[in-house]
Amino acid sequence: MSKPFDRRKFLKVSGMSLGVGALISVAPALGAGGPAARVRDFFRRRNGEVVKPFTLVQLSDAHVGFQGPPNPTGTKAFERAIDIVNGLNPQPELILFTGDLTHEAEVPGEHARRMQLFQTLTSRLKTKKVLYVPGEHDAALDNGVLYRQFFGETHYAFDHRGVHFIALDNVSSGKPAVGAEQIEWLKRDIARYPHTTPIVVFTHRPLFDLRPDWEWFTRDGDDVLNVLAPYENVTILYGHIHRHDVHESEHAMHYASRSMIFAFPDPTTTGDKKPVPFDKEKPFANLGLQSLAERRGRLGVDDVELSLQEFSGTDGVQQILKSGELL
Amino acid sequence: MNRFIAMAVAVPLFVVGMAASMDTPPRVVTISAKRFEFTPNQITLKRGEPVTLRVSAEDRDHGFYQKDLKIDLDLTPDHASEVTITPDKSGRYVVICDHFCGSGHGNMKMVINVE
Ligand SMILES: [Cu+2]
Repeated sequence: MSKPFDRRKFLKVSGMSLGVGALISVAPALGAGGPAARVRDFFRRRNGEVVKPFTLVQLSDAHVGFQGPPNPTGTKAFERAIDIVNGLNPQPELILFTGDLTHEAEVPGEHARRMQLFQTLTSRLKTKKVLYVPGEHDAALDNGVLYRQFFGETHYAFDHRGVHFIALDNVSSGKPAVGAEQIEWLKRDIARYPHTTPIVVFTHRPLFDLRPDWEWFTRDGDDVLNVLAPYENVTILYGHIHRHDVHESEHAMHYASRSMIFAFPDPTTTGDKKPVPFDKEKPFANLGLQSLAERRGRLGVDDVELSLQEFSGTDGVQQILKSGELL
Repeated sequence: MNRFIAMAVAVPLFVVGMAASMDTPPRVVTISAKRFEFTPNQITLKRGEPVTLRVSAEDRDHGFYQKDLKIDLDLTPDHASEVTITPDKSGRYVVICDHFCGSGHGNMKMVINVE
């Protein structure tokens, strides 16, 4: 019997966020033999794709249009994030945006204007392969009608260099739910893939009960995880919670990316869901730069994390960028 | 013989007692929902006492969700929605609106205290 490859080796989340989202290096295990070789062959037959390691960035929760005390600087952090991503070398091949691209608006036409502004800003990204899922602030009030005009379908799947990516929509019904129809689609979509295929699911809300009384859950998240359960290398990237989080469920690893607008506090030690207050001395501090090791330490074994503990604040970002340790 | 009479009396009494408790409808607590609050925003229930929560939406669709108490209602402005529960564990339970209703949705909640 061959050993399934260790999913923690498959996606190495390095350093995390830099206040901008997660920088993720994918698929070092695909160079190996055994099950990895079978996956490689599968993708060659399927897509003619060369399987090789690559990097991707996850961005989340820009909330373009948001105005308020938790962050009076509007899109500044988002723009900074774009600059940081553009400074990466090598460039990420993919950018996954896990929802709440925009903040909803009461005034007719204003939400569309915000989506337009979001697109103007993201057009500055050097990486052109940017994929989106909606957050509830983008798509829950009109069941995704406006979102689809700007960003296309709210769920879909594609392959990239030996990894199968699945975008799931758990917002546009208005409820924190994926829905039976999408789950049926998911079953059909992944049925063709060998169980050793690396799968990355990206979605807005957590698919597990992180903090249901803060609406940090998906009602039918268990159903989704059950469909994915036979697959040995499932990584789930999500946003919504405006903070970094790592969670291991029976069959998958779940990573939350920080926000680019304001942070929420630690749900395990906080009663009420209130944004972390804005600190004008450190306008980006709450948006990032907490190392993985500070959390539960699951992935807390690489040098980049340690550097992040050494450096702090926006200076830390600069130093880390200069030190070239990002990858 | 005495024992016989005692039983003959006891059995019907028991049945009547059951029927009476089944006929008494549970206490009703009325709650209304509008963006972005529930009124009242706090209620207290007794452990073991059945109670019907009758919840109406004033302005648009909302949700009414508390997993541990098995409360899960879809609220629409046309009619009130109801759920009858018998809380069996004391504690503080946060009920949330789980149907996105606008910018204050994330903090639309109320508390059920069970004593
Ligand atoms: Cu609501």
